Amino acid sequence: MPDLYRVAIVGSGPAGLSAAAHAAALGMTHVLLEKTDHLSDTIFKYQKGKHVMATPSNLVLRSDLDFDAGKREFILDTWNRQIEEGKVNVRFDAEVVEIAGSIGAFEIKLKNGDTVQAESVVMSIGTQGNPNMLRCPGSDHKMIQYQLDDPGEYVDEHITVIGSGDAGIENALGLAADEAQRNIVSILNRNAEFARAKAANVALLEEAEANGRIFVRRETNPAEVKDGELVLETRDGTETIPCDRIIARTGSQAPRKFVESCGIDFTSEDRAAFPQLTPSFETTQAGVHVIGALAGYPLIKHCMNQGYDVIEFLNGNLDLKPADEPILAEKFAALPGTRSVEEWLEVFNKNIVILEELSPLQMRELMLDSDVRHYGMGDVIFVRNDPGSSMFAIAEGSVEVEVNPDDASITVPIEQGTIFGEVGLISGRKRGATIKAAEPTTVIELSRGAALKLIATVPAAGRAVNRITIERQLLQMFGSGLNKDDVAELVEAAELVDVPSGKTVIEEGADDKDIYVIQRGSMIVEKDIGGKPVFLSYLPAGSYFGEMAVIDGSARTATVKAAIKAQVVRFPGEVFTALMERKPQLRERTMEDMASRREVNEFIEGQKDSFSGAVDMYSQTAQFLVDNGLGEATDVLLIDEKLCVGCDNCEKACADSHEGLSRLDREAGRTYAHLHVPTSCRHCEHPHCMADCPPNAIKRGPDGEVFIDETCIGCGNCQRNCPYGVIRMDAKPPKKPSLLSWLLFGAGPGPGEASYDWRSKKSAKEGATQPKTAIKCDMCAGIKGGPACVRACPTGAAIRVAPEKFLTFTKLVEGAD
Amino acid sequence: MASKAQSKSARKGNFAFNEKRRNTDHSSFLTHKGFLWMWIALILSGASIYGYMTIEVEPRHNGGSWFGYTLGTIGALLILWLTMLGVRKRRMSAGHWSLKAWTSAHVYLGLALVVVGTLHTGFQFGWNIHTLAYGLMLFVIVSGIYGITVYASLPRALSNNRNEMTRGEMVEALAALDRQLESAAQPLARANSDRVIAALKADVFSAGFTARLTGAYPLCATSRAFAAFSKGANDEAQERVLTLLERRKDQLGQIRRQMRLKALLEVWLFIHIPTTIALIAALTAHIVSVFYYW
Ligand SMILES: Cc1cc2nc3c(=O)[nH]c(=O)nc-3n(C[C@H](O)[C@H](O)[C@H](O)COP(=O)(O)OP(=O)(O)OC[C@H]3O[C@@H](n4cnc5c(N)ncnc54)[C@H](O)[C@@H]3O)c2cc1C
Ligand code: HEM
Ligand code: SF4
Ligand code: SF4
Ligand code: SF4
Repeated sequence: MPDLYRVAIVGSGPAGLSAAAHAAALGMTHVLLEKTDHLSDTIFKYQKGKHVMATPSNLVLRSDLDFDAGKREFILDTWNRQIEEGKVNVRFDAEVVEIAGSIGAFEIKLKNGDTVQAESVVMSIGTQGNPNMLRCPGSDHKMIQYQLDDPGEYVDEHITVIGSGDAGIENALGLAADEAQRNIVSILNRNAEFARAKAANVALLEEAEANGRIFVRRETNPAEVKDGELVLETRDGTETIPCDRIIARTGSQAPRKFVESCGIDFTSEDRAAFPQLTPSFETTQAGVHVIGALAGYPLIKHCMNQGYDVIEFLNGNLDLKPADEPILAEKFAALPGTRSVEEWLEVFNKNIVILEELSPLQMRELMLDSDVRHYGMGDVIFVRNDPGSSMFAIAEGSVEVEVNPDDASITVPIEQGTIFGEVGLISGRKRGATIKAAEPTTVIELSRGAALKLIATVPAAGRAVNRITIERQLLQMFGSGLNKDDVAELVEAAELVDVPSGKTVIEEGADDKDIYVIQRGSMIVEKDIGGKPVFLSYLPAGSYFGEMAVIDGSARTATVKAAIKAQVVRFPGEVFTALMERKPQLRERTMEDMASRREVNEFIEGQKDSFSGAVDMYSQTAQFLVDNGLGEATDVLLIDEKLCVGCDNCEKACADSHEGLSRLDREAGRTYAHLHVPTSCRHCEHPHCMADCPPNAIKRGPDGEVFIDETCIGCGNCQRNCPYGVIRMDAKPPKKPSLLSWLLFGAGPGPGEASYDWRSKKSAKEGATQPKTAIKCDMCAGIKGGPACVRACPTGAAIRVAPEKFLTFTKLVEGAD
Repeated sequence: MASKAQSKSARKGNFAFNEKRRNTDHSSFLTHKGFLWMWIALILSGASIYGYMTIEVEPRHNGGSWFGYTLGTIGALLILWLTMLGVRKRRMSAGHWSLKAWTSAHVYLGLALVVVGTLHTGFQFGWNIHTLAYGLMLFVIVSGIYGITVYASLPRALSNNRNEMTRGEMVEALAALDRQLESAAQPLARANSDRVIAALKADVFSAGFTARLTGAYPLCATSRAFAAFSKGANDEAQERVLTLLERRKDQLGQIRRQMRLKALLEVWLFIHIPTTIALIAALTAHIVSVFYYW
């Protein structure tokens, strides 16, 4: 063993393994340091038998190790074998805790005190991080574990779960699920409430508690772990309970701190930021490289390719073309001229303001998630009111915006280098105007994911996008009489404010004079009538409020508060007043809006005198719907239980029009005054489910639907991230016999979702078990006639509506017959 | 795979249609489109009655006159179309149709059949296949009227009784109580624990037809055990069993009310559908015989 390795590779995930295998193949002296006692811990921890997918399918694999879609076990076996055969030098149980020194002479400290010397380092530790340890004596006791693979494994044990998040609750429920295991399960919560967990999980836990299946101990902390015992610190003093096993689920520490302690800078403060990298994956600490999920590439294939590439770079092969070159070449093929991929990337980098600061590596990554298009003069790029959540940047040429819906000849130019379409991106809603190419023009269309990543990781890009968004939103909202220069002062004075859910922005009776525009999220307007807050109206993203006080100088006439976590832009009232004085059209326009809002408010106040019950009902129902996620929904399924006969035809129709699996659970969910919000996708304005999807398989479609495409790898992240529990993980079922043969001969399970039994038996017989992937409602987009669930309801109980259309007095009270 | 993904994102949506849909009002099958089908049914009935009164047929109105044939044809076609609801309900094809609209039309046109069919007979009844077909038709219609009565009146009760619980949760809640009862019954004396065991053993879901429809379970072992214990629960163990039995009784009550309401909402279809099949058979015989003897 040499004293000084040419390269030390930290972490043996697909990225680190592939790097080590290539180093071994090239005869480079190397060591692969792995924290656990096995290779590739993230994949090791997948569910048993999980079908691992090899996306993107058009990317070639460049690695000394084999990888193709298949079972977790097969992939791990293959790698174990190949690592052994390839004479890779692996050191297990070697958690790296510090990297000191500099290029040519790094000193890598391990947890057990050993050190390893290397000329260069490749960090491929993934993003899992370390689970938070218990902070009490005995926290290194061997009966503590940080993960639960198979709850069915334990019998006759006293098990304590520590942690009040979803993971902890789900583990506790799993352990207590089967009475026959006779486990005594307790869960500890430091606080009185389970505030961080999903409502559905909390409900299940409370039910299990009521049924005596789980002991829930609130306001309780572990005080000491001893053999077979756990000492608790409760509100009324200490208590000792028998304990054979502790499952600690108190979250994990992202690896960022550790990475930064090695001298590596990130691109920004944002949680979504990644380390700054050169095209050869080198960090701001010369000689230290970062690859794989930690570098922002969560797919196994990318990880493996980068492992190979980084070793090639270290070996001096700096001309190596990245493996994604052919994919980019294909993307750019339709563009005019004969520029190479590299030349195009340079053009984009140089011409587009918000991309200026990107490194070539970031440019490539961005382009993989984006599209490039060329338009001839006069070609339409998008049309007003089209839904759209992508953002465009003009690489060459310019476009014009049709600002007046009634007169296509009135246009405003947008020049080369800037962006457009950003409002759709920010508010996740409709395009505000039609845009055409003013000359032959090349544009980049950044997918929502790519654009948000850009904003998060490049602060300057974020600021630029924000400024333009505010400016355009103002122009769009207040009509065609204004231009860029008119609103410049307002834009300058604008201030972006984050508003947590439920927080008041404007208080009734106050005499502040600012005016607000909702950039994301939504607001509800309430008025105190007879000592009770009465719901007046609902304001979706893209609307403004606070104008009344500005115009007539009165005190605030109603309270406006966030229906969900929101972001608003605040403009000082004086600046707005000044602008109105200069621009009478603006005053007129605002007065009109104000008058119609007043009318609604007065109507409801008037009703309150004569039909107090109806107004209370309206107010409470609206509040109930907002509490159940309508505030961020764009399209939500509701069931009027005054009409629902419980035939479940809605679920059956959903299954029959979607590969045999229902995407809605009619009975689950909350009900108020016979209005029921079943478990079905709300097509959120800013879908939580999209946040963390490795292949970016969750998209927004042309009808505004949020859907999951075929590239889903079944990791389950979206299921965990959706606060409404509407995503299920299941395998595509085998085909059913036709309706006719069921009607006539009773063949097969009949209409609707086949039982789990039927599905698994049939697919076992056909010998074609499908991988489990994420499935959810796609709003029946692409199906003529629209949502099957709604069309299949015989009584009209099931409807799918937009909140801003439904949360009105007429719909909620008068429409309900 | 990639090409399929692309075809989906490149798919041209129909956003305007969806925006309109998202603005839908909520109306039931009875009030659908401002009672459109009720008006159509009334016009059809009115026209039939008007024709019957004004058109002279010799020697008298009957099924065999040209007017009778017209009414008969309309009636037969209507019956066939009404029957198609059973297929429509189960075939989830694409298209701008809704089962609500179909049900709305079904109900009102089905009622119009009373007029059309009766006038078709010319009030000539006898012990024959023709009157059998007529009788079956009326029977189907009467069962349909029962159907809309329960559709209009029971859903609220179903919703209230469910109280945000799903079927699965109700069953699970009962199973959890059973587990607690089982261990709570351990310290009891033989006679008492037998009562509890009897309550636990009874299969909740194998209720008979009448029990299901009436919701009355006179032999309920849980109620009996509860009654026995409430006479004199004199130690802590018995108190605990008594409370659990009461909770089990309540939980059973919820499940049974749910089964009853569902049964009331469905039972009529077990008359409506088979009678429809009998009606189609009788109707065929009626038509064949008419043409045969023609
Ligand atoms: C449930 C699930 C399913 C998924 N399914 C798929 C799929 O089907 N297809 C796909 O392409 N992707 C899938 N992914 C994503 C993919 O697994 C990860 O993005 C990928 O494993 C990342 O690889 P990596 O090499 O960067 O890091 P990891 O695989 O996370 O490996 C990091 C390794 O470093 C070790 N380590 C960490 N810290 C230290 C330290 N300080 N010292 C030493 N060693 C350390 C860890 O123990 C681990 O072995 C899935 C992810 C999840 C969670
Ligand atoms: C001769 C006349 C009629 C025939 C042949 C007929 C036939 C049918 C058939 C075949 C079904 C489908 C049942 C199923 O598959 O679940 C049905 C459903 C129904 N019928 Fe009729 N029907 C007739 C008249 C009526 C009338 C007069 C009414 C009401 C006044 C009525 C009310 C209903 C209702 C409410 C349903 C249930 C719809 C649903 O839940 O999907 N029917 N009928
Ligand atoms: S899956 Fe969940 S998070 Fe995603 S859009 Fe639907 S409701 Fe929102
Ligand atoms: S809209 Fe379509 S996919 Fe969504 S729940 Fe209804 S039937 Fe299912
Ligand atoms: S189809 Fe309509 S009536 Fe039937 S269960 Fe669904 S919502 Fe209720």
